[in-house]
Amino acid sequence: MSDDVYIIGVDMLKFGRFPDRTVPQLGAQAALLALDDAGLEIKAMEALYCGNLYQANAMVGQRLLQEIGQTGIPVVNCANACATGATAFREAWMAVKAGACDLALAVGVEQMGKGLLGGGGAGTGIPKEGLFGGGTMPTVFAEAGMEHSHRYGTTFEQFAKVSVKNHHHSTMNPKAAYQMETPLEMVMNAEMISYPNTKLMCSVNVDGAAAAVLTSGKKVRELGLGKRAVKVRASALTSDPWQERDLVMPDVNSCTRLAAEKAFSLAGLGPEDLDLVELHDCFATAELLHYENLGLCGDGEAGRLIDDGETALGGRIPVNVSGGLLSKGHPLGATGIANIYEVSTHLRGEAGRRQVKDARIGLTHVIGLGSACAIHVLEKSDL
Amino acid sequence: MMSTAHAPLPAAPCLRIPEGEAPYLEAQRCGACDALYLTPRMACSRCGKRDDFHPQRLADRGTLYSFAIVHRSFPGVETPFISAIVDLEGGGTLKGNLRGIEATPEAVRLGMAVKVVIDDALGRRDKDGHAYLAYFFEPAEEPSA
Ligand SMILES: [Zn+2]
Repeated sequence: MSDDVYIIGVDMLKFGRFPDRTVPQLGAQAALLALDDAGLEIKAMEALYCGNLYQANAMVGQRLLQEIGQTGIPVVNCANACATGATAFREAWMAVKAGACDLALAVGVEQMGKGLLGGGGAGTGIPKEGLFGGGTMPTVFAEAGMEHSHRYGTTFEQFAKVSVKNHHHSTMNPKAAYQMETPLEMVMNAEMISYPNTKLMCSVNVDGAAAAVLTSGKKVRELGLGKRAVKVRASALTSDPWQERDLVMPDVNSCTRLAAEKAFSLAGLGPEDLDLVELHDCFATAELLHYENLGLCGDGEAGRLIDDGETALGGRIPVNVSGGLLSKGHPLGATGIANIYEVSTHLRGEAGRRQVKDARIGLTHVIGLGSACAIHVLEKSDL
Repeated sequence: MMSTAHAPLPAAPCLRIPEGEAPYLEAQRCGACDALYLTPRMACSRCGKRDDFHPQRLADRGTLYSFAIVHRSFPGVETPFISAIVDLEGGGTLKGNLRGIEATPEAVRLGMAVKVVIDDALGRRDKDGHAYLAYFFEPAEEPSA
C-alpha cells in the first residue's frame, strides 16, 4: 500500500486587483508563501503543477520558476475551467502518491477580465445571446437554482440567505477580497443580474493565487513537520456524465455527486464525518444545490438547512466559513487551492475568529462548467 | 449592398426550413437508447452507439422546466428577457426566450404550458445581410385534465 500524502505548506494571496503584476509573478508570490509555510526552498521541490485558465498556452509554470528559481524540474501546466487549481493540486498528489517524487509544488493563479463571464459564442451567422435565452454564468446558475425551486419549492429568499451567511463569514477572514455584512434585504434588493441571482449573490471577479507543498508521510517525519501537516484523505476528479438536459443545461449536479461518492469511498468516510466544507458558491443558487450533491442533507432539504443556520459557523456543518467565492473572490485558476488553504488552516487550528472548533476533517469542492468537478477530503495531522 | 432577398436561414442547427412548408424543429435520436441530440454527433454520448441516428420531429408544445430573468447581459442585448428551459411533449429539452408574458417572477410559473413559435431572429442579420429564423416560447393554454 502506498504512503499517505500530506500538505506541509499552503497559503494564498489576499485576492484583489493586481494590474501591475503578471500572472507568473502572482503565482510566484503564492509559491514563495507556501514554501515559507513549509520552511523549504524551491530547490527542494521535485515537480511543479501549475493551474491557470486564461493563459493556458503561455507556460505560466515555467515563467513562475523564472521568478523564483529555475531548477530544471518537470513542470506541467493545466487548465480545467473553475476546477483548474484543484486539478493542479491533484496532479501533485498523484505524483507523490505514485512515488514519482517526494516533494511537489502545486500553484493556482488567475488574472481576471471585467464583467460577465460566459455567453453564447457567435458560431454561425448571428449572435445568440438573448435570442435563445441567456448564456452568461449568472443566468446559467439562476436556471440551475430554479430547477431546484421547481422540484422542491426553494425560494428566492432562501437562495439570498446564502449570501447573508457567507458575507457574514467574510468579516472574520482578513484574506477575503470583500469583508462586509449584507443583511437579507440588502441582498434581495441589490441590482438584479439574472433572477434569482442579484449582484450580491454573484462571486467577485478578482485576481489571485494560491499554492501548496505536498509530500509523503515518510518525508513529513524526516522533516519533522508532522504537527502542522494536513493529510489528504481522498482526491476525486470527474467529468459530467450524460444527462437528459445536457444539451441546454450545463450539469453541475451529477458530476459533483459522482465526485462526492468517489471521494467518500476513497476516504472511507461519509458526509456525517465532516467538520467543515468549502464548496463552489460561484453563485448563491449553487451553494444550496451542493448541500444535497455532497450529502450534507437529503434531497429537497437544502432550503431548510440554510433557514435553520446549520451551515453557518457554529452550526452542525459550517459551509464556506472563509466567506466563500461570494466574498473571498473567484480567480478561476486559484480558487481550488485557496479552498484547500482554508480547510487546512482550520485543521491546523489557525483560523482565528472564524475557527471551526475542533475541526478534524474537512472537504473542498470546486466545479468548472464544461464540466469538471474536483473534491478533496483533508484530515488533521496524525503524525 | 448585399441582397436580403434570400429565404431566411436557420439560427439553430435543429431548425428545419423546408421550401413551401412550415418550418419545424428536428432532433437526432439514438437508435440504441433513444437519447435525443440537437446537433449531430459521431456516436451517442449516452451509450456510445455509432452511426445510428434517426431524425425525430420535435413537438411544438411543452412545459417550463426552469428559467432565469436576465436583467444584465452583453452590450446591445435588450433586457429584461426570460431565459427559459422547456421540456417538450414526447421528449427533448430546448432553451430559448419565453415571450408574450411579463418578465417578472410573479408572472412566470414553473411547470406552465408553453408553445414553440418560429419567428424572425429579432431582426439580427449576419455580415452578408441574411435574415434568420429562430424559435421562441409563448404561454399556451393548459391542457385540459
Ligand atoms: Zn444511445
